[in-house]
Amino acid sequence: MSQWIIAPVILPAMTAAFLLLALRHHLGPQRLASIAATVALLAVSLFLYDKAAAGGPFPYRLGDWPAPFGIVLVLDKLSATMLVLTAVLALCVVLYASAGWDRRGRHFHPLFQFQLMGINGAFLTGDVFNLFVFFEVMLIASYGLMLHGGGAQRLKAGFQYVAINLVASTLFLIGVGLIYSVTGTLNMAHLAVVVPQVPAADQAILKTGALLLFLVFATKAALVPLHWWLPATYAGTSAPAAAMFMIMTKVGTYAILRVYGLVFGAEAGALAEVAVPFVLPAAVVTLAFGAVGLLGARTLRDLAAFAIVASMGTLLIAIGLFDVPGITAGLYYLVHSTLAGAALFLLAGIIALRRGAMADRLAPAPAMAQEDLLGGLFFLAALALVGLPPLSGFLGKVLILQAVEGTPSWPAIWTVILVTSLVMTLGFARAGSVLFWASRDGAEGEADAGSAGGKAGGAPSPAAEHPVLPVIAVIALLALTVGWTVAAGPITHTLAGTAVEALDRTAYVRAVLAPETRFAHDGGTTAREGEAASRSATAEPER
Amino acid sequence: MEILVASGTGLLTAVGIYLMLRGRTFPVIVGLSFLSYAVNVFLFSMGRLAIDRPPIISPDAPGYTDPLPQALVLTAIVISFGMTALIVVLALRGFLETGSDKADLDASSVPDGPGRRAEGEAAPRGRP
Repeated sequence: MSQWIIAPVILPAMTAAFLLLALRHHLGPQRLASIAATVALLAVSLFLYDKAAAGGPFPYRLGDWPAPFGIVLVLDKLSATMLVLTAVLALCVVLYASAGWDRRGRHFHPLFQFQLMGINGAFLTGDVFNLFVFFEVMLIASYGLMLHGGGAQRLKAGFQYVAINLVASTLFLIGVGLIYSVTGTLNMAHLAVVVPQVPAADQAILKTGALLLFLVFATKAALVPLHWWLPATYAGTSAPAAAMFMIMTKVGTYAILRVYGLVFGAEAGALAEVAVPFVLPAAVVTLAFGAVGLLGARTLRDLAAFAIVASMGTLLIAIGLFDVPGITAGLYYLVHSTLAGAALFLLAGIIALRRGAMADRLAPAPAMAQEDLLGGLFFLAALALVGLPPLSGFLGKVLILQAVEGTPSWPAIWTVILVTSLVMTLGFARAGSVLFWASRDGAEGEADAGSAGGKAGGAPSPAAEHPVLPVIAVIALLALTVGWTVAAGPITHTLAGTAVEALDRTAYVRAVLAPETRFAHDGGTTAREGEAASRSATAEPER
Repeated sequence: MEILVASGTGLLTAVGIYLMLRGRTFPVIVGLSFLSYAVNVFLFSMGRLAIDRPPIISPDAPGYTDPLPQALVLTAIVISFGMTALIVVLALRGFLETGSDKADLDASSVPDGPGRRAEGEAAPRGRP
């Protein structure tokens, strides 16, 4: 059983290498292999979720080095949930891309699989430096995906994206270095044990390191004021890449929850809840910023990007509570916003393609093919993202409102959440009416002007020319959102268990470190040196 | 030695941050490189500064230097090297495609008005 824990990392890595080495010039087989690997990944993730749901956290020791010395992967309910979500999203995105997007640039599928490897690794790892390595794997692949298809604007946005992430990586290393210099360990479970015992003289260094790490995770999660990269990047990239990036902001959220709920959690002595005072205010401002930005969007992808900023704000309001109801609501909303956001980005891609030269600009244009279907899907995605009944966005927001109630500043938070919902409704309503209703008028105008020789935009092509796979991917994502709504009762019950486990420091530490306590005593006084030596040895294969 | 290493790290970081805040891609890249050098030196010193000590267990060693930060630095060097190569290519492509090496998203990124493409406009801005 425990061997399977590494599978979500190995499987995409091997697939990517296979695609690159064996199928480099054959797009058809590449698609098949990539889809098959993603289906297999989903199966493995579901299997792992089943195992994790049955018992406590399961460690996997790389190279069988004992836990504080070697690198561990840890499977618990939280990481298993994220794995399943990643695999589901990946399957929809790869189906969407296989309809033609992957032809626009080279090596879409290998990059995609490498990114899955990085994301899955980041969700599984139980070691802070290993988290950095998987972050980098994920980012390197995302650079390739972000630039997929090329274009001047995408290059410019890509430069900013890479530069910002390089700075974030630098901060990550400084934070990790500071934490290591004081604690002598980077294993999360071991850190959770060591952090409360750090002498008072060293606590300032540890706190600096912890807050630098928080800055990095907040950058990934697009918390104000570190969110500037997100709208430009998401609006600048291709639809499948943007949809896949939906899970990357969630990696930042997951890291915040993991590190600040576990290592610097309530039981971390003088450094308990070191990041908590920052999360909630920043999240509220993020939500307000996203909603206001949404009003000013000039393209559908801009609109989607700002909706994502707003949803990250909502999500982190819940996560920032760091208690069981908050995290339960947060996880429910996390899954929902990933699915709905991805659906909206994929939909924006389809719409941009069908409107020809008008792309996804929010301006009247000739009617597009299958407008009623796309309009209906847009309506559903908008309902879900804004958080209006009957979809899961509404339930998620209600759960978050309930979780927030009772905290000192709850009237302010309620006000912001409810007012931004209204603002976002306005933004989406405006965009939808321009895209789908004003288009009819545009088409009539076009017909009048057509005889005059004016040829505005690409003429709408018949539906038969349009591949059906992308639409199916969008419908699947929205159907999952509907399912998430229908099964909300049992799901929140399960997620409450996940939240309890995610905050249970004792069980996590026991699962990761317990078999090794004997080993540590044998090591005696040379434990520090032995630990360092064995860690560097296990670090080898990661490079 | 502490003062030398500390001031060296500080100087590298300061130079890196100053260059990173410039508006053109090349200084930004040089700044990022300086920053990654600073981090590498910084990580080394996190294992405490020790001279002529072995990193592996040996019976007649008077003490040890911590080998873990060295492993971390090696990983960091590999990653930052790859990233720098990528961002150089990216900046170069951006310059060749747009004719400008500004790091910000300039006017060409603003969505065009509805009729612009339709009027059979000339070549995109920034190109001869």
